[in-house]
Amino acid sequence: MRIKSLELLVGAFLLLAFGALMFLAIQVSGLSGETSKESYRVHALFQNVGGLTERAKVTIAGVSVGRVESITLDAKTQQARVEMAINSEVNDISTDAVAAILTSGLLGEKYIGLTPGADDTFLKEGSRIEQTQSSLVLEDLIGKFLFNKATEAPKAAPEASADSADAAF
Amino acid sequence: MLTRVQALGARGLDVVRTIGAASVFLWQALVCWPRWRLAIPLLIQQIYAVGVLSLVIIIVSGLFIGMVLGLQGYNILITYGSEQALGTLVSLTLTRELGPVVTALLFAGRAGSALTAEIGLMKATEQLSSMEMIGVDPLRRIIAPRFWAGVLTMPMLATIFTAVGILGGRLVGVDWLGIFEGSYWANMQQSVEFIDDVLNGLIKALAFGIAVTWIAVFQGYDCEPTSEGISRATTRTVVYGSLAVLALDFILTAVMFGGV
Repeated sequence: MRIKSLELLVGAFLLLAFGALMFLAIQVSGLSGETSKESYRVHALFQNVGGLTERAKVTIAGVSVGRVESITLDAKTQQARVEMAINSEVNDISTDAVAAILTSGLLGEKYIGLTPGADDTFLKEGSRIEQTQSSLVLEDLIGKFLFNKATEAPKAAPEASADSADAAF
Repeated sequence: MLTRVQALGARGLDVVRTIGAASVFLWQALVCWPRWRLAIPLLIQQIYAVGVLSLVIIIVSGLFIGMVLGLQGYNILITYGSEQALGTLVSLTLTRELGPVVTALLFAGRAGSALTAEIGLMKATEQLSSMEMIGVDPLRRIIAPRFWAGVLTMPMLATIFTAVGILGGRLVGVDWLGIFEGSYWANMQQSVEFIDDVLNGLIKALAFGIAVTWIAVFQGYDCEPTSEGISRATTRTVVYGSLAVLALDFILTAVMFGGV
């Protein structure tokens, strides 16, 4: 009888461990068989991927439809070549879709947002998304802003003096 | 001066000899044709002793560590206004590091020391030699089931520890500090990958299980058959086991996550 209750406890222990593993798989890592879904690969060339990583989301209208498989440098064009795996269910993305690298939240992760086009031909295995929009790099943005300020300044200065001259009269 | 060098050399040889003896010992205990009818009941008994009896300490420490992580993480994250990331913080810390490592340290203290003391006492009271006299190989009868039980239960205990810890973090973060429950789980699911984080954590736990159990059974088998010898061997199990876990953890982390 003792050995039976012992076996029962060991069995309960195994079940508990299995339950914990299921919890980690489903509730914690959100595993729901999505990785094993059929997919097809498309690629796109970007001027700058700035912080996009492998396994990042690919979305259409904010809905996740695939993930980034690899990011390499295209030797010929010196641009970043991003390989994406898109779920086979989503097989009606037109070839003139725009792929943009976006940021979720102010400091969040980078992901790729696809904006569907109007073309009648659809993307399929191995095709390339022609129109891309690079990642927004904050330093470039600040640089542009300062440059614009600097070029505006000499124009603004005579106006300001003219204004003050008007005011004097 | 020369005697110092000599002593160092002797010590080095001693270490190498011990490692060699431990390897031969493990080889002899494990490499054989298994006799399932005999082995399974022994294994179940050892899983009970090593696993089920360690369950309480694992669950309680997992709960508290998760709660502390939740509290500390919340206090830091709130200064950046990003307390929704608490789920990510708690789950990644537990699956990658704290789950396997703390479980292994507790396992060395709770189960490893018990294994060493048990086997050491068997040796001191000459149970092992009398087994040999009646034609039972003590390595297969005593050591092998204990070793397998330790190796099998470590990943299970680490999984339970991690799951309980994440629930503990939820208890503090969501129920007491008022983080929105949806963002706790959603951020976690976004950032935790099953293969990269959960499975790598389990592989770590398996490696720690092998190291700790091996040290424990070898120290017990190798101890001086006196009461002092047993106490020294038990201490060595906990010390060497913990050191081995921490050193292995660094190596495994560097290989799995470090990109070295």
